[in-house]
Amino acid sequence: MVTADVETADGQTEILRRMLTIREFDSTAGQLFADGEIPGFVHLYIGEEAVAVGACAALDEDDYITSTHRGHGHCIAKGLDPARMMAELYGKRDGYCNGKGGSMHIADVDAGMLGANGIVGAGPPLAAGAALTAQLQGDERVALSFCGDGAVAQGQVHEAINLAATWDLPSIFLVENNQFGEGTPVEKQHNVENLSETAEAYDIPGFTVDGMDVVAVYEAVAEARKRAVAGDGPTLVEADTYRFRGHFEGDHQPYRDEDDIEVWRERDPIEAFKRRLIDAGTLTEDGYEELKSEVEATIREAVSFAESADDPAPYEAYDDMFAASIPEIEQFARKARTDGGESR
Amino acid sequence: MATQQTTTQNLTLVQAVRDGLYTEMSRDSDVLVLGEDVGKNGGVFRATEGLYDEFGPDRVIDTPLAESGIVGTAIGMAAYGLKPVPEIQFMGFIYPAFDQIVSHAARLRTRSRGRFTCPLVVRAPYGGGIRAPEHHSESKEAFFAHEPGLKVVIPSTPHDTKGLLISAIRDPDPVVFLEPKLIYRAFRGDVPEDDYTVPIGEAAVRREGTDISVFTWGAMTRPTLEAAENLAEAGVDCEVVDLRTMSPLDRETIVESFKKTGRAAVVHEAPKTGGLGGEIASIIQEEALLYQEAPVERIAGFDTPFPLYALEDYYLPSVARVEEGIRNAVEF
Repeated sequence: MVTADVETADGQTEILRRMLTIREFDSTAGQLFADGEIPGFVHLYIGEEAVAVGACAALDEDDYITSTHRGHGHCIAKGLDPARMMAELYGKRDGYCNGKGGSMHIADVDAGMLGANGIVGAGPPLAAGAALTAQLQGDERVALSFCGDGAVAQGQVHEAINLAATWDLPSIFLVENNQFGEGTPVEKQHNVENLSETAEAYDIPGFTVDGMDVVAVYEAVAEARKRAVAGDGPTLVEADTYRFRGHFEGDHQPYRDEDDIEVWRERDPIEAFKRRLIDAGTLTEDGYEELKSEVEATIREAVSFAESADDPAPYEAYDDMFAASIPEIEQFARKARTDGGESR
Repeated sequence: MATQQTTTQNLTLVQAVRDGLYTEMSRDSDVLVLGEDVGKNGGVFRATEGLYDEFGPDRVIDTPLAESGIVGTAIGMAAYGLKPVPEIQFMGFIYPAFDQIVSHAARLRTRSRGRFTCPLVVRAPYGGGIRAPEHHSESKEAFFAHEPGLKVVIPSTPHDTKGLLISAIRDPDPVVFLEPKLIYRAFRGDVPEDDYTVPIGEAAVRREGTDISVFTWGAMTRPTLEAAENLAEAGVDCEVVDLRTMSPLDRETIVESFKKTGRAAVVHEAPKTGGLGGEIASIIQEEALLYQEAPVERIAGFDTPFPLYALEDYYLPSVARVEEGIRNAVEF
C-alpha cells in the first residue's frame, strides 16, 4: 500500500503536510545554523520538497530508501520524527544517531531509511544491496535511492545501476537534478541533456519529470515501483528541480544569479500543489493556514526537544564500535569514564 | 653577492596555499589545477580564488563531482608531461580516488622501471575542530604514509605552506599535500612574495628543550607549543619538533632530538592505533634504545570515527591532554 495516496483527500493532505514540514524544518535549521545553534554543515532541501515527498508517498511504508548529504527532506518524507532529527542536528543523545551522526548521517532502520550520506554517490550501491536482499528474500520491498545530479558523475553510481539492471533488482534510482553539483552548473558536469538518457546505456527505462510537481514525481515513482515489484528491474527517474538555497548554508554562491532563483520560485512546489488542491475544491485557504500552523507547532516542539536533550558523554564515543566489546576499546572507554567527560 | 630585497606578505595558511599555486603557475605553464568548484567558485575553502581569472579554464579546471576521475586524469596528465595539482574538497572525500593514488600514482615509476613518472600533488584539507563529523574532519595521513612511492606533507605555518607546496609541485614524484583546515584562517604569518622552497623530508624544531622531545605536525603544533610553554613554567623544558613531512620521516632530526632528551611524546589527531605515533616510537627504539628513559607517550585521537561536536573537544588532543601526556613521560 502506498504511503500517501495522491488520489484521496487524506493522502493529499498528508503530502502537503510533509512538504510543509520539510520547508519549515529546513527554514528553521537554516536560521539555527546562522545563529550558531547547530554545528558543522547543513545542506537545505528548500525548493526540492516535491521530489522527496512525491517519491516516498508512492512507496510502501516498508520500502527502503537511501539519501544524500541534503537528506532532511527524504527523512521527513519517509516519516521520520522531526524532533529526533532536530536533536541529531544539534548533536544530542536523543537524536536518531545518538548525536554522533549529525545532519548528514540521519538513519532509521524502522523507517527503512538507510541513511543520509556525506559522500556524494555512495547511496545507490547501498540501495542495490537492499534491493538484492528483497529479491533474495522474496518479499515485495523496493529500494529507492535518491541521488543528486552531481552524483551521476561518480563511478559508484554507474556500478550500482549496472548491477541493478543486470540482476533486475527491485530498485528505483531517483536523480534529483537541482541544476548544480555543489557550485558548478549541471551542463558543465555532464554531456547528456537529460540525465535520464543515461538509462539507455543500462537498457532500463529512464524518464525526466517535473520535480516541482509532486503529482508528476508520485506518478513516475508509482510506475517504477510497479515494474520493480513485477521483477522487471530498475527505473531511472530524473526529477528536474531547483535548490533555492546555497549548496551549504554560508555558501556565497558566485555561480548563479538571484534572477534565476526568482524564475524557479515562480514554480514553488508547495505553492503549486496548494493551488492545485484549492482549484480542485479539496482545500481551502483556511484549511491550508491551519495545516501550516500545525506544522509550525511541530517544528517548534522539535526545536525545544532538541534544545533540552543532553549531549552524549565522552565515553559514548566508544559505544557501538563493534557488536562485541574489544578489550582495547573497553580500555579507552574506561579511561574516558574516569576522566569524567572533562573536555579540555 | 648582493642581498635581494624580498617583499613579504602577511598571509593566512589558506592564502599561502593560493599564493604557492599562483607563484608556481606563473613560473611554469605546465602546472595546472583541477577539482570540484576550483574554477569560477574559487574552491570550497577559497584556496584557488582568482586563479581562474588569472590563468583561464585550461589551467584551472572545474571537474564533475568524481574524485576517482579527478585524480586518475591528473595521473594521466602527469605521466605525459604536465604537473597537475588536483584538489579534493575534504580529505574524507578522497577514498573514491584511493585506488588511483595508491595503485597507480604511487607505483607508476617503479612499475614502468622509471620510464613513466608521476609529478602530481594531490591537495586536500584534513583534520578536525570545525564542528563536523566523519568525512569532514578526519585525519588519515597514515593511510598514505603507509604506501611506498608517495610523499606525504603537512604544513603548520603559512611560510611552510607556500614553500612546501612549491617543493611538492617541483618534486618529480607524487605528493599528498594535506592542509590543516582548522588553522586555514586562525593566524597570519610572513610569507615572501617571491618563490622559495621549504625542503620535503625535513622537520623543524619549533622550540628547543632538554627534558623531552615532543613530535607533532599540522594543526596540533599550536596546542603542543602552548602546552610546552605552560610546562616550562612548571620546570619541564620541552623540545617541540614539527615533522612537516610524514613520509619520508626526518629520522635524523627525530633521533638527534631524542638522544638529547631521552624521553618522547607524539601528538596527533588521527586515531591512535596504526597512527604515525607508532612509527616514530619504533624509529626511536631502533636507533636510540639505550638513550630511552621512558615509554614513548602517544597523545592521539580515539580509535573511533571522528565524532560530532559534543565529543570533538574531547577527541582532539587539547592543551591539557598534551600536558598530561608529556608529564606522564617526564615523570615515568
